[in-house]
Amino acid sequence: MVDTKTAFEKAPAPRGFSVARLLRANRKLLFPLAAFLLILLGNWLISPNFFNVRLVEGRLLGSLVDIFNRGAPTVLLAIGMTLVIATKGIDLSVGAVIAICGAVAAVLISETELSPVVVIIISLGAGLLCGLWNGVLVAVFDIQPFIATLILMVVGRGIAQLITEGQIAVFNNPTLEFIGKGVVLGLPFPILLSAFVFILVLVFVRRTAIGLLIESVGSNDRASYYAGIDARAIKLLVYVISGLCAAVAGLIITADIKGADANNAGLWLELDAVLAVVIGGTLLSGGRFYLGLSVIGALIIQSIQTGIFVSGLPPTFNLIVQALVILAILFLQSDDFRRPFARLFQRLRRHS
Amino acid sequence: MVDQVPLLQTQKLTKTFGSVHALAQVDFNLYAGEVHAVLGENGAGKSTLVKLITGVYHKDDGTILLDGQSIHPQNPHDAQSLGISAVYQEINLVPTLSVAENIYLGHQPTRFGFINMRRVNAQAKALLQTYNLDIDVTRTLSTYSVAIQQIVAIARGIDMSAKVLILDEPTASLDAAEVQMLFKVMRTLTAQGIAIILITHFLDQVYQIADRITVLRNGEKVGEQLVKDLPKRQLISLMLGREFAEIAAAGESVAPPISADAFVQARGLARKGMLQPFDLRIAKGEIVGLAGLLGSGRTEAAQLLFGIVHSDAGEVQVKGQRITLKSPRDAVRHGFALCPEDRKVEGIIPELTVRENIILALQAKQGWFDFLSTARQEAIAQEMITALRIVTPDSSKPVGELSGGNQQKVILARWLAAQPEFLILDEPTRGIDVGAHAEIINIIKRLCSEGLALLVISSELSEVVDYSNRVVVLRDRQKLTELTGDDINETTVMRAIAEK
Ligand SMILES: Nc1ncnc2c1ncn2[C@@H]1O[C@H](COP(=O)(O)OP(=O)(O)OP(=O)(O)O)[C@@H](O)[C@H]1O
Ligand SMILES: [Mg+2]
Repeated sequence: MVDTKTAFEKAPAPRGFSVARLLRANRKLLFPLAAFLLILLGNWLISPNFFNVRLVEGRLLGSLVDIFNRGAPTVLLAIGMTLVIATKGIDLSVGAVIAICGAVAAVLISETELSPVVVIIISLGAGLLCGLWNGVLVAVFDIQPFIATLILMVVGRGIAQLITEGQIAVFNNPTLEFIGKGVVLGLPFPILLSAFVFILVLVFVRRTAIGLLIESVGSNDRASYYAGIDARAIKLLVYVISGLCAAVAGLIITADIKGADANNAGLWLELDAVLAVVIGGTLLSGGRFYLGLSVIGALIIQSIQTGIFVSGLPPTFNLIVQALVILAILFLQSDDFRRPFARLFQRLRRHS
Repeated sequence: MVDQVPLLQTQKLTKTFGSVHALAQVDFNLYAGEVHAVLGENGAGKSTLVKLITGVYHKDDGTILLDGQSIHPQNPHDAQSLGISAVYQEINLVPTLSVAENIYLGHQPTRFGFINMRRVNAQAKALLQTYNLDIDVTRTLSTYSVAIQQIVAIARGIDMSAKVLILDEPTASLDAAEVQMLFKVMRTLTAQGIAIILITHFLDQVYQIADRITVLRNGEKVGEQLVKDLPKRQLISLMLGREFAEIAAAGESVAPPISADAFVQARGLARKGMLQPFDLRIAKGEIVGLAGLLGSGRTEAAQLLFGIVHSDAGEVQVKGQRITLKSPRDAVRHGFALCPEDRKVEGIIPELTVRENIILALQAKQGWFDFLSTARQEAIAQEMITALRIVTPDSSKPVGELSGGNQQKVILARWLAAQPEFLILDEPTRGIDVGAHAEIINIIKRLCSEGLALLVISSELSEVVDYSNRVVVLRDRQKLTELTGDDINETTVMRAIAEK
């Protein structure tokens, strides 16, 4: 979690050791992490063998592995979404991009002689193009991100349907399937893939100036422009990254079900991604972003879903419970919500 | 005129931000019908004091009394309903609303419960005319210059004030005539018994308008006196906590060696509606002042030279080579730098730290992949913090939490760190305290003697006259004349500006 470095750095120079100060300094990190652990704990209470992990035929099995595996697409989307939101934008089209990239891969692999590697590259290229489209609308034509990406969100599924000709395009290809079902070193491939993308993006933005420039543009784009930053290129870049992340997620989802469902692949996943980013503490108003915490946010959402599934509660409860838990987390993060409690606490301390 | 019982009083008012004691046990007394100046260095706690009174911040300790009653304003709206209104240092209006809507936002004249837009506009127009400002009040606020926005903010504050009016550096972007206009309005208000708190770094204005002075230093009150009992020298040493003369004396510098060839040259640079064809040449080591009234085209000239707006005629040359200027990025690449006029909108990146703000332009110049190491960033930031005496607990404080004057210093630091060859300063010393003012001018002079080409825009004529080698006078978006040598003194410049 290299990117939480900034959260540590922001701490005032410590004078003497105090738990309170340590907590305050790392508050950003603390809440999502604590929420994640609490939810895992809750899952454990519901089903006592929640933390059990077994090795079956060289493959790790268990709810925990499942959370990371099932959560991989949301994690990927959250990574791209974090950068977009950091520039004060939003990318509503990622669910549709998943459908497009999945359709491209499924149709090409089943109807052409192209090698799977080429198909994967073309599918990623489709994601890149989608990102570029959004980026051009936002950065060059100055259209509000919400509207600009809404266009592709609405049109995208139509495009995916055109590609699959209204069918669910099924295929049989071990190489492509490996992306969704493969196992490496006992771990499902989607986990490794999402971890790889996370590290790649993390290094790309934090070991270069790009992360700082993204935060600068998101915090005040006019002033950034005056400082000689190419705000346009930065915005273009984040939408392209978001499109690429969605393409990878699309490949995982398509490979997993061995087919492309233009109507349902990645449906509503853009909202989970936005939520994951917000839970991770990146503000919708742009500026500072926390990639690692967004990933934890995505895992929180997935573990709630897995928990409900494991508990045997009817799936109808799924959304309600999810909404309640997320509301609680967001309340805890809100300074305005905490302030009255903090004041009460202060008063009590003064009286004692 | 001055009552015995204070209208507004604070007792042991205290506020801390993390480890910073912004205000410590301050007793402040404001009497009805007086203009009370609150003075102190950048970061002394002046804005914090007024923000506690108006409920923007909440006090840690102490009491605030209005008419002897303890008050607890939770937000500026509360304070307003108690009769306290304020114009803050950073303009706090809605840029996308019209001028008239901004003035009457939240207290519009209504008819049958509906806002009567015609009346709003008519009233707003009449109100602004008392400040000799005849503008189209239906236009969006952001289309007007900072100075006009400032007058609009002041008009709004004054229109709403019932008992106490707070003005935090209201005159920073006004020219002499507008200041006098404002003072006239202030005198009318005090005659009605309204009490005014004035925060400013222009000490001459204090002696002109204020009745009483409270001085803050490092968050503590170090003095309260009637203006007539506190001569300026004594006031300054009270503010700084040391003698002032030493700094001023250090300001004498050798005449900079000016190279003969122009470093930057503008030829017929123009844009319709913004600036008539404009010629300018600045050599290395030369300081050129740009003088003129509000709206004369000074800021526009700077924006054209820095690529912020595109010219539709003319050209800019660097060392005799024509360059393209499509964006500030192009300008930066050729060694240009611009400290913009509006620090809140065009200057600071509020969430980023002091360090990140300082290295930003340098980093942007170096590109995406040549990332300055943290150690390097820290070294540059520390150097600038020391050189410009930026008041901050450390370099990792978000710049938005610094006091106004210190934010201004950070922006200056950003451009100095980028090591420009041609620096444009648009109101560089706005909001900077007397002590730092002299230091910054010294730094500017030193840089020029080391070969920097400098273009300075400032409403403070005495300042322009003091260090410029040449003064270009603009009026009505047109270059009027260029003054050199012995012609550069306040009288001639003033005459050139005002000449019909
Ligand atoms: N929101 C904030 N968060 C943290 N620190 C703050 C905040 N606002 C002010 N401070 C700190 O409080 C101190 C006093 O600031 P204040 O704005 O009152 O200064 P000032 O006297 O108005 O200075 P200036 O002349 O530059 O406007 C400064 O050190 C500043 O960094
Ligand atoms: Mg201030």
